[in-house]
Amino acid sequence: MLRIRNLVKRYGNGEPVLRGLDLDVPGESVVSIIGASGAGKSTLLRCINRLVEPSEGSIELNGLELTRLKREELRKARRRIGMIFQGFNLVDRLTVMENVQCGRLGYLPYWRAALRKYPAEDIERAYHLMERVGIAHYANQRADALSGGERQRVGVVRALMQQPEILLADEPTASLDPVSSRQIMELLQSLSQELSLPVLINIHNVAEAREYTQRIVGMRFGKLIFDGGPDDLDQSAMDAVYSGTPAAERQEAAAGSWRMATS
Amino acid sequence: MSTSVAERTWTRYTPAQRWRRFATLMIVVLAVVWSVESIDIIWPWVWDAPAQVGDLFSRMVPPDVSRLDAILWALVETLNIATIATFAAVLLSLPIAYIAAQNTTPNRFTLWLGRFILVSSRSVNTLIWALLFVAIFGPGVLAGIIAIMFRSLGFLGKLLGEAIEEIDRRPVEALEATGASRAKVVLYAIVPQVVPTFFAVSILRWDINLRESTVLGLVGAGGIGVILQGAIDTLAWQIVATVLLAIIVLVVLGELVAAWLRRKVI
Amino acid sequence: MSHAEHITTRTWRKPPFIANPWLRWGLVVGFVVYAIWAVSTLPFDIERISQGFTRAARIFSGAVPPNFSRYELLIDGFLESLQIAILATLLGLALSVPIAFMAARNVAAKPIYLLGRAIIIVARSFHPVIVAILFVKAVGFGPVAGILTLTLYSIGFVAKMLAERIEEIDWGQVEALRASGTPYIGVLQFAVLPQVMPRQIGLAIYQLDSNLRASAVVGIVGAGGIGATLMNAFGRYDYDFALAITLVIIGVILISEAVSGRIRRNIG
Repeated sequence: MLRIRNLVKRYGNGEPVLRGLDLDVPGESVVSIIGASGAGKSTLLRCINRLVEPSEGSIELNGLELTRLKREELRKARRRIGMIFQGFNLVDRLTVMENVQCGRLGYLPYWRAALRKYPAEDIERAYHLMERVGIAHYANQRADALSGGERQRVGVVRALMQQPEILLADEPTASLDPVSSRQIMELLQSLSQELSLPVLINIHNVAEAREYTQRIVGMRFGKLIFDGGPDDLDQSAMDAVYSGTPAAERQEAAAGSWRMATS
Repeated sequence: MSTSVAERTWTRYTPAQRWRRFATLMIVVLAVVWSVESIDIIWPWVWDAPAQVGDLFSRMVPPDVSRLDAILWALVETLNIATIATFAAVLLSLPIAYIAAQNTTPNRFTLWLGRFILVSSRSVNTLIWALLFVAIFGPGVLAGIIAIMFRSLGFLGKLLGEAIEEIDRRPVEALEATGASRAKVVLYAIVPQVVPTFFAVSILRWDINLRESTVLGLVGAGGIGVILQGAIDTLAWQIVATVLLAIIVLVVLGELVAAWLRRKVI
Repeated sequence: MSHAEHITTRTWRKPPFIANPWLRWGLVVGFVVYAIWAVSTLPFDIERISQGFTRAARIFSGAVPPNFSRYELLIDGFLESLQIAILATLLGLALSVPIAFMAARNVAAKPIYLLGRAIIIVARSFHPVIVAILFVKAVGFGPVAGILTLTLYSIGFVAKMLAERIEEIDWGQVEALRASGTPYIGVLQFAVLPQVMPRQIGLAIYQLDSNLRASAVVGIVGAGGIGATLMNAFGRYDYDFALAITLVIIGVILISEAVSGRIRRNIG
């Protein structure tokens, strides 16, 4: 269960990117976050594992308040949050197995990480997950030898190796061709069910969001303005999420004339 | 008719370009005139120089190979100086590169410390370092090794530091997100990205150090230079010739080995 | 690939950098043996080394604070270094053009090519200090030896770079001129030179910077310039003056590096 209350993020002294955002994600659900570029989707995800420091508000994961954790506690908490990136963010020159084992780094003693002496159960688990997503035969290949879709599977397995309590996916399909993109979405959907794992997906492709997720959240200019099932996302809701430009809204907001109902 | 023809002349440069070229040329000419005019040269010596150089060469033939074993041993010693010093410098340069790179340095103080070490190491020539260490540790190989090491640190640290600054940030972000500690992020996300530069730079420096090691002996810091200096002082020009040939062989072989290593490793 | 075996046994080891185990362990053992042997040949004189620290302390206390009172000597030495660097750069650049043409495979006949390459290899193999010591013996102490040394040093670098540049020129322009019946020298002047000259200006700036550094060193063996001043100070145990000279050398090198870097960036 992820609980976000009144989340605000502002870079420097500028206009806030997140403007008092509330969101609840109960267990085992796949939630898509849609919205125009610059709406703050990526910032929202990065606030959850604090790759970006939130300015105000609270984020609670299964009862643990994340926003006030100190360094060591934050590291421990991050192990419970898996993340998947638009650019895969693999270490190109390492093998697929090493990339996958990166997900266990938070648990391993330093010497094991340095010597690549991974515990037997981690290797077992890695093979199991890699077989599940169909990349086990690449274990000894360098990560940059794989195609985009395969690389994203490595990214998914790396996140799952953490045995996370939630999965954050930041535009996981935006760098992929349509076929790989659908495969990754299917994979995320079925993994969520198999592992009883809540998944939060930032996504540009609204058709994929409708097809693979039960719940869609629409963001606009740092706030949630839509929250419902795929069927509730009608034309007027789409217009509300995507029309206008962030720049124009920023100006309106600065002038204080901008009002919007929260969902 | 005649005016239109005159207008159709072609010039390679615009007036502004021509001015800049002219100004540059003037600066060069002035610099040269100043240099030639005020330099402390005894001109008869200059006119005599070709004859003197020719004379020197004539005294070098044929090269004297009677002390070849001593020369070969000195070559091996030279090689050892270069290799040991490069190896030690490579190890020591790693932490310096780490603190001298803007994206990995722990804080501002360490950044400036790192840069200070790099600049002072790089700006002082190997031979000047050697002078200092010969004065401290006495003449010998040790002073040479330390001198080469000190000079290499700056070179290696600077290039490695730049490689660290140019890494792809994204894997670093991903590993931070898994809850890995700083040391493990360095190990898994930064080290693999700078490994190619690390090898390239180390091999390059080894090649340079081999050349530098040949002159250490001239200030008493070991290697083939000691024999060269001795032979020059005793005017044994035929031995000098052998030493010079030996140095060419060493340096050319070193270059070949370096090129081969580069192909194999990178 | 042995992945099938991996899946059944469920172990994993990082694929080694060198696949052949004999070669891998051979290299490791060879390297360790060499390292032990190389270190063991070093004639360590523990007593002399242990004195080193007190000597170091004495040198440093003698050197600090640096003594700039004889700044006239310092300035003279530095100006001489600058003159040596300028003249050597000019001579080196001028001479490296014909040598580069000789050493470029695509424009020179085979025997001339070999001669050109040999000149470059010899010029590059010898550290400038070795060349300097020979020239000092031949033409006496002073800046002439320095100029000759650095000229040769410049040729080694500039001619090599230039020859490589000539080897990768666009051959079409050469053929165009040949087709119009231009003589050999004309082809070199109008089809080859324009393609390599922009590189030459950047190289000139770089080489001036590089010669200025080297001129500080060749002086140590008597070839004039600030290096000679430094060597004299060191020989007379004037460590405070030596430190002052070293600091000036560092400062000048840093400035020269910054200026040459900026100029080369501007001319692109």
